[in-house]
Amino acid sequence: MYKFDYHTPDSVDTASQLLGDLEEAKLVAGGMTLLPTMKLRLAQPDHLIDMNAIGGLDGIRATSDGVEIGAMARHADVAASQVVRGQIPALAELASLIGDPQVRHRGTMGGSVANNDPAADYPAGVLALNATLRTTRREIRADDFFTDMFETALAEDEILLSCTFAKPARAAYVKFPNPASRYAIVGVFVADFAGSVRVAVTGAAGCVFRATDFENALGESFVPEALDGLSVDGSEFNEDLHASGEYRAHLVGVMAKRAVAAAAQ
Amino acid sequence: MPEISLTVNGQSMSGQAETRELLVDFIRDHLKLTGTHVGCDTSQCGACVVHVNGRSVKSCTMLAVQANGANVTTIEGLAQGDQLHPLQAAFREEHGLQCGFCTPGMIMSTLDLLKQNNNPSETEIREWLEGNLCRCTGYHNIVKSVQRAAANHQGEW
Repeated sequence: MYKFDYHTPDSVDTASQLLGDLEEAKLVAGGMTLLPTMKLRLAQPDHLIDMNAIGGLDGIRATSDGVEIGAMARHADVAASQVVRGQIPALAELASLIGDPQVRHRGTMGGSVANNDPAADYPAGVLALNATLRTTRREIRADDFFTDMFETALAEDEILLSCTFAKPARAAYVKFPNPASRYAIVGVFVADFAGSVRVAVTGAAGCVFRATDFENALGESFVPEALDGLSVDGSEFNEDLHASGEYRAHLVGVMAKRAVAAAAQ
Repeated sequence: MPEISLTVNGQSMSGQAETRELLVDFIRDHLKLTGTHVGCDTSQCGACVVHVNGRSVKSCTMLAVQANGANVTTIEGLAQGDQLHPLQAAFREEHGLQCGFCTPGMIMSTLDLLKQNNNPSETEIREWLEGNLCRCTGYHNIVKSVQRAAANHQGEW
């Protein structure tokens, strides 16, 4: 790891100011991606701004039509939250599937979402649950947030504060995890909002995306068989030693059907 | 270099740490508590698991400066003098180790499980051990050790 200066602001305002003023600065939340990336020298920030000393960013609360989760909420807390389990059990399930217990004790919702790793779980939940992302400047709709691999709509000095997930009538997240890392080789989040269905796919492509053909078919009939004969185009999908693009495309259909079956129970 | 102060195994300790120094290196090199191991250094194997403010974390994926002011427990903090901690005793009784390299992490990880759930099922133990790798035992006796500990020690951990 290269040397860096370390900052521990105690307010969002101070953190924003540091992020705007300092060259080559990065925010660290749980550090579950950033610190390994820095060890590999794939990231080499001159300044690390630690969000952990700022209070009030880890709240989880029910809203009129869903649940708002603070950016610093740990995966373990989301997974165990009675509020999340009551409002959107599929989201608690998603959080419980991330990494391992020690990773879930440190990793945060905001860190995962802002990093937008193509194989991360949270982006699928954010997109399928039509979430609204609140930042230091504005509110951003999930459909406008994830722009490309490791890229989001966040400006250089903008900080994600919380995410409000809409409560669906029924939903489920199913993933085919890499057996070593538990990252999603393919993960599919299906959410049925009383006839309007959203299907978000992570792990398959460079960035989380919605499978609109699947959504239309499931809007007609919310059963796994509604997806028979449908497929996604895998020609641009990720290819690595774990799975070919063609195999990932196949898995999208399989995981989607399993998610529909789980949600319909 | 920043000066950090933390409580380790009930004792106040302090020292200077480079900002890029990992918590596990601070524990091993500065505090000379070498029971916490560095296995993979990539947050996969769990040999470096310690408790920070009551929660199990991988100390290879946390900066020492991030532990400033924290309460840290390492494997050295469990035994009372010559008397093994009940979970350590159960690992010995059930032969839950061969080479022993992963054992400190296994014990610190499963102690956190027992604190949350003092009667875990075999499935719950195996799922919890997702982040701890053992290359000798095939996990079977490790799981039995945790079950034995839970059976031997009623009540809170």
